Amino acid sequence: MDVKTANPSSPFPRSSNSSDPQVAVRCTGLIKRYADVTAVDGLNLEVELGECFGLLGPNGAGKTTTIEILEGLTPADGGSLEVLGQTWGAGDDHALRQRLGVQLQETQLADKLTVEETIRLFRSFYARGRDVDQVIETVALEEKRRARVGKLSGGQKQRLAVACSLVSDPDLLFLDEPTTGLDPQARLKLWEIVEAFRGGGGTILLTTHYMEEAARLCDRVAIMDHGRVISMGTPAELIRTLGADQIVEFRVNGELDPASLSRLPGVSGSRTRGADYLLSVSDAGAALHALLAEIERLGAKLDALTTHQATLEDVFVSLTGRTLRDE
Amino acid sequence: MSKLEPPIADVNASYEREPQQPGWSPAGQQHRYNPLVQLTLARIREFVREPEALFWVFVFPVLLAFVLGIAFRNTAPQKLRIAVEDRAAQSGEAGAATGAQDLASRVAQAISSSPGLTGVVLTPAEAATEFRTGKVELVVQVDSAAGSVPNPQSPDGSPHPAGTTGTATNFEYRFDPTRPESTTAKLSVDDALQRAFGRRDVVETRDQTVIEPGARYIDFLIPGLIGLNLMGSGMWGLGFALVQARNRKLLKRLAATPMRRSHFLLSFMISRLVFLSFEVAAVVIFGWAVFGVAVHGSIVTVGIVALIGSLSFAGVGLLVASRPKTIEGVSGMMNLVMLPMWLLSGTFFSYSRFPDFLQPAIKALPLTALNDALRAVMNEGAPLRSIWVGVAVLAAWGLVSFAVALKIFRWQ
Repeated sequence: MDVKTANPSSPFPRSSNSSDPQVAVRCTGLIKRYADVTAVDGLNLEVELGECFGLLGPNGAGKTTTIEILEGLTPADGGSLEVLGQTWGAGDDHALRQRLGVQLQETQLADKLTVEETIRLFRSFYARGRDVDQVIETVALEEKRRARVGKLSGGQKQRLAVACSLVSDPDLLFLDEPTTGLDPQARLKLWEIVEAFRGGGGTILLTTHYMEEAARLCDRVAIMDHGRVISMGTPAELIRTLGADQIVEFRVNGELDPASLSRLPGVSGSRTRGADYLLSVSDAGAALHALLAEIERLGAKLDALTTHQATLEDVFVSLTGRTLRDE
Repeated sequence: MSKLEPPIADVNASYEREPQQPGWSPAGQQHRYNPLVQLTLARIREFVREPEALFWVFVFPVLLAFVLGIAFRNTAPQKLRIAVEDRAAQSGEAGAATGAQDLASRVAQAISSSPGLTGVVLTPAEAATEFRTGKVELVVQVDSAAGSVPNPQSPDGSPHPAGTTGTATNFEYRFDPTRPESTTAKLSVDDALQRAFGRRDVVETRDQTVIEPGARYIDFLIPGLIGLNLMGSGMWGLGFALVQARNRKLLKRLAATPMRRSHFLLSFMISRLVFLSFEVAAVVIFGWAVFGVAVHGSIVTVGIVALIGSLSFAGVGLLVASRPKTIEGVSGMMNLVMLPMWLLSGTFFSYSRFPDFLQPAIKALPLTALNDALRAVMNEGAPLRSIWVGVAVLAAWGLVSFAVALKIFRWQ
């Protein structure tokens, strides 16, 4: 993984008084309990400066609670926490907020204000930051500059929300499910904005339940489930833990023994999902050959067969037995 | 699994991205915007871009003043309607009937000849119904022996010597002493009948009527409407905007910025002051132009009272809106707080009509204090020093509410 170097002309030193100059966020044994549920259950995390770090997990995994604790909006019930070398409530929250950019999952900005007025409002809260016009350009809302927020499309609203978080030229950008509910094109535009920020040396912590988003944007990913990190690494590393490059998914009319499928040459694992069989495959050619032979030997008939590159989704499924969007 | 999933090769490619890109050189500080100014501008913009809010704050009070001013305008005093029971309509005897009817209509005539009274002959059933429904203020029953008909009035209009036959003629007045008009009617009717039957006045009296501007209902109403309007716009203006922002997680988003929270709350206060002048001016100018309601005191004093009143209600509105998460929740609380003041604080009618034991509580209400102070200045020309108690009551409400609201305000 390449840690991007800080932009030398940045108005902020990208790492100031952190005990470890390379760490943007560090939390150890983080706990948050609500009346009926432990949302964050001993979470350990370390985000390095200059990287884009993703919290990937299904809804209810504790991603939003975690990010809101890091943003200083929700107090933790236990564990230790350090953001850009500072802790919340230590007396200088205001200075820390000056260095953060935040996009919350559910925020609806004021409908009656225009794009430009909204960004200018957010700009006014920060001692230093980016020019309003430049931010509008960055999020490609020039044509909507004087449009009311209420008239924007979902994708435009989301880009505006990100613009409000970028206008401070933050050292650390928090994005909570930035593309949830967006259409593919709007999602792509947003990804480009995030990539541009990261390319400028900024650090990003984002949550998502889209594995393709995590795979595309994130240098490292922590897979979360039930308030804990169950696996962490680069997307490539995580996928490698499957021991497979490809996933073969097929359906037959007849019974197959998953265990015997695992022993086929080139196959590193197998499981079923409903009527479908899924094989993790390291050598697709050998595996397909052997699979077809096995089906023929058992006298079953192949109904459907697809293969795809192994993804973070497959990693999550292999870790939890559930898919990311099950719940 | 999404059909959008990029091939794995793309994922790997993303690690070889060029360190980016134009547009990310950090900007200088071309513009430094003042957060308090920006927040206040945002408040003002949101308000003026909301047509409904403009209606309720500017048009509604003027409409209300217009409708009430028309309804309660001072016209020539209305005549009181008096029923004279026609017993004959019930008794079957033809001869007696004619005589009694005759008497009833002559009594009615005698009543009508008095200014301010109209006498009508009704059957006892009709009279009872009209009395119950308030269409007549008083019912006169005539008891008289048949044939002994008094002639109440000589043709030249001067009172005729008493009861020509000498037979006792008794009138019985049925009236409701709790209805002021009823009591007035009783006195006037009695006076009219006594004179008609020969009573002489011992001293001569003369009437001189004066209709004083400043004592009309509209003069009472206009300051009350200003007070009411300041309460409504202060409380709704803050309450809705704050709860909506909380409901839409905008407050939470703002809490994640280094915005000074005092700036945020202050921006609401300042924007209230901006609209205050327009709100007060709209009603004052309307009252002056349409109904000739004059401001007897100093305009500056009216402004000071309105300012403190407005800030006071902004504080109360902030307090009411400091916790609720939904518009429904805050609406209920707003109504709970405002409705008693609508009724008790002497906006539409004087609160002196309420029982004595309630008076201290009513006078402690902020709207009462505001209405009384505005009336003192506008109608009586009172200087600021003579209304300081009311102003102090208002200020206390504002300060205490603001302080408590800051303590319990919910940002998320």
